[in-house]
Amino acid sequence: MTYAWLQATLIVAVVVGLHVPLGDYMARALDGGRHHRAERALYRLCGVDPDREQNWRHYLTALLAFSAMSVAALFALFTLQGRLPWSTGHGGMPWRLALHTAVSFTTNTSWQNYAGESTTGHLAVMAGLGVQAFASAAVGVCAALALIRGLVRRGTDDLGNFWVDLIRTTVRVLMPLAVVCGVLLIALGVVQNLAGPETVTTVAGGRQTLLGGPVGSWEPLKLFSGDGGGVFNANSAHPFENPTALTNALEIVLMLLIPTAFLRTYGRMIGSLRQSWTLLAVVGILFALLLGAATWAQSVHGGTVTQAVGGAYEGTETRFGIPGSTLFGVSATGSADGAANASYDSFSSLGGGVLMAAMMLGEIAPGGVGSGLYGLLIAVMIAVFVGGLLVGRTPEYLRKRLGFAEMRYVVLYALVGPTAVLVCVALATATGNAQSSMGNPGPHGLAEAIYAYTSNVNSNGSAMAGFNGATDFHNLLMVAAMLVGRYLPMVFLLALAGRLARQQPGVVTAGTLQARGVNFVALVTAAALILALLNFLPALSLAPLAEGLA
Amino acid sequence: MNLLNRLPAWVAQHVVALRTVLLLTVITGLAYPLALTAVAQVPGLRHAAEGSRVTGTDGRTAGSSLIGQSFQDAKGRPLPQYFQPRPSHAGDGYDASASGAGNLGPESVVDTLPLNGRPDSGRQSLLTQVCARSKAVGALEHVDGARPFCTADGVGAVLGVYRADGTSGAVTRVVSLNQACPARPFIARYHGVTVRCATPGADYGRAVAVPVRGDAPAHPRVPADAVTASASGLDPQISPAYAALQVPRVARERGMAAADVRRLVAHCTTGRALGFLGAPAVDVVELNLALDRTHPVKGTR
Repeated sequence: MTYAWLQATLIVAVVVGLHVPLGDYMARALDGGRHHRAERALYRLCGVDPDREQNWRHYLTALLAFSAMSVAALFALFTLQGRLPWSTGHGGMPWRLALHTAVSFTTNTSWQNYAGESTTGHLAVMAGLGVQAFASAAVGVCAALALIRGLVRRGTDDLGNFWVDLIRTTVRVLMPLAVVCGVLLIALGVVQNLAGPETVTTVAGGRQTLLGGPVGSWEPLKLFSGDGGGVFNANSAHPFENPTALTNALEIVLMLLIPTAFLRTYGRMIGSLRQSWTLLAVVGILFALLLGAATWAQSVHGGTVTQAVGGAYEGTETRFGIPGSTLFGVSATGSADGAANASYDSFSSLGGGVLMAAMMLGEIAPGGVGSGLYGLLIAVMIAVFVGGLLVGRTPEYLRKRLGFAEMRYVVLYALVGPTAVLVCVALATATGNAQSSMGNPGPHGLAEAIYAYTSNVNSNGSAMAGFNGATDFHNLLMVAAMLVGRYLPMVFLLALAGRLARQQPGVVTAGTLQARGVNFVALVTAAALILALLNFLPALSLAPLAEGLA
Repeated sequence: MNLLNRLPAWVAQHVVALRTVLLLTVITGLAYPLALTAVAQVPGLRHAAEGSRVTGTDGRTAGSSLIGQSFQDAKGRPLPQYFQPRPSHAGDGYDASASGAGNLGPESVVDTLPLNGRPDSGRQSLLTQVCARSKAVGALEHVDGARPFCTADGVGAVLGVYRADGTSGAVTRVVSLNQACPARPFIARYHGVTVRCATPGADYGRAVAVPVRGDAPAHPRVPADAVTASASGLDPQISPAYAALQVPRVARERGMAAADVRRLVAHCTTGRALGFLGAPAVDVVELNLALDRTHPVKGTR
């Protein structure tokens, strides 16, 4: 236990320490300032005027057009894989799987209905998954930047330029970070080559086929972009993706880093670092609650098999230990990353339930790249609205009024996720498609199905891998779940940003609810928890709670 | 640009989008990974980048120190002169082209028993997998393989209990769900009712599954990692406890002093990173390779 808490303390300290310089840098790099000459060349090649600002509609349509073209490009790459170089002998994907995979990586979900080593070649990993790891993360940042500008600007329709935000996030933030972390991970043992399969004679005289791949260049993207898909089926449990306890710690840091640093970026952009510390406190409390619950469930709570074994060892790697797997799991679901270094299906019943709950919070602890911040700001606005009603004043946040029109968008945003999850699970269960895909009987099977759709709708990609999503039904329903779960909230978000930007700031009076201090932190934390519980408690009680408390 | 101006706005938008996707593909999808591949060729990075290959006693590549290997004979029996790794769900076991876990949950306790003459038709629960592995390791290492919730014949000790009113009321019928007839049930009577063995193919869905802990010690002799599969199925490492359990057998098979084997084990053990990250572990591939190098056994490579 001591080791578990030391490990968590170190990782949290590193993330909090790094979030200050990275957050400050992102604020400088992403908002305002001059275009570099190289960037101007990129804008010219894309056919973009970087100095033209967009209103919320144009910003949204640009974002959606880029995402649509991304899906198209990935779909083409995956279906034509067999005819392209570096396919390492893999043919094209069937169209439903290709469509699912294209949407999955474009929406930053990266749920994989296939095993990497038997499906994707080096080119698909580099030019397919790799590109969208950068781009989908950047799209999340774009939406967040637009919302921040909506909060900061006054009396305008302009929310920035999507293409500039996209290119700047990619080349100024994500690429430098990828290069540094890629070299670091390779130095610590991660594979990076373009070799094909090699069959060797093993120590005992058997045969083993070893695979290579551009894993070192993929791994940092997978983790810091909120992507989370594996080159190999076993994801970060695979020794080539995550060879030591040290790389494991680094991978956890990377998952938490950008979403946490973006809170700082937000504080810089609105001119109130106090606000970013306040939000960091909310995120910290939520994360600590999740980690505490998961650690307790994994180490103390005993299922039948756990007691027979003497611990939750099934589906964990020796080198990480159970604490290293639990912390990784909570970080992968609390951020919207979804990578795995253990079999979440074999976690203790309540431990698996905590991972599910972390996604059900709406990916805000600390959530996805960009999406973590805007999800959190939605929770803040709900808290401000409720708090404003409590003190009997018009709810305001950062001197912007949250009236009926604004709250309509906030509430619509908040309803999309839970509604989509529950409708999808209901559809899959009512048609029998959930049952036939379950890898475990009883409540655990239902937990797998709920976990699957929670993960898909919330752009996470984490899986209880016993669930077989590789059927026509699930491929197509998951495509719908991912598209709705990713883009519909963005529509409401940008509409909200547009309205907020047009407002003139109100006057701060003694009656205005202060967006800081213990009361505010408690209010926002409670709002996030209560919303998630109200939406999902019945589902949770039928699956992990039913299994764990039986 | 002239062409773009003449297109409808929404089409122009998509053309811009497509150009951006293609440009990002060139920069982030080709230039970045290829540059990193080139950087990975420098000494110091190259060994890891190539997959941490290890060299066998004959000087040829014998695998990777990161990827676990199987140390069994063609019939799947453990080779006694080697340290044994953890159970594996990667393909048929340590198939490096098919990583993966078993993905069964902590309440996976009831087997689907194989039908007569069709041994592949059944499916073991996670509990029975654990019990069977514990029994087998116990037999191999000459220690007691007993575990809580396991029968002496190495399956999950789970009763299917029928009650008068479904889930409540007097017990009317009891079946030992994982013990196929004609096995003798692990307990004779439950709440005054005689326990029967299970008939493969029969539907016991209406019975309440009741795992029975039994009187096995809370800390079994066979360590936890010896009876559980890893997440990747390629875990090259075992716990120091499981290595210690195997030392006497390997020493005996190779005619070595146990102290010499222990010294090699210590050499192949990695502690916690920075003193507190992860868990101590023994690399089985490197250990067995070191054994073959220093104390070869006739008939092995």
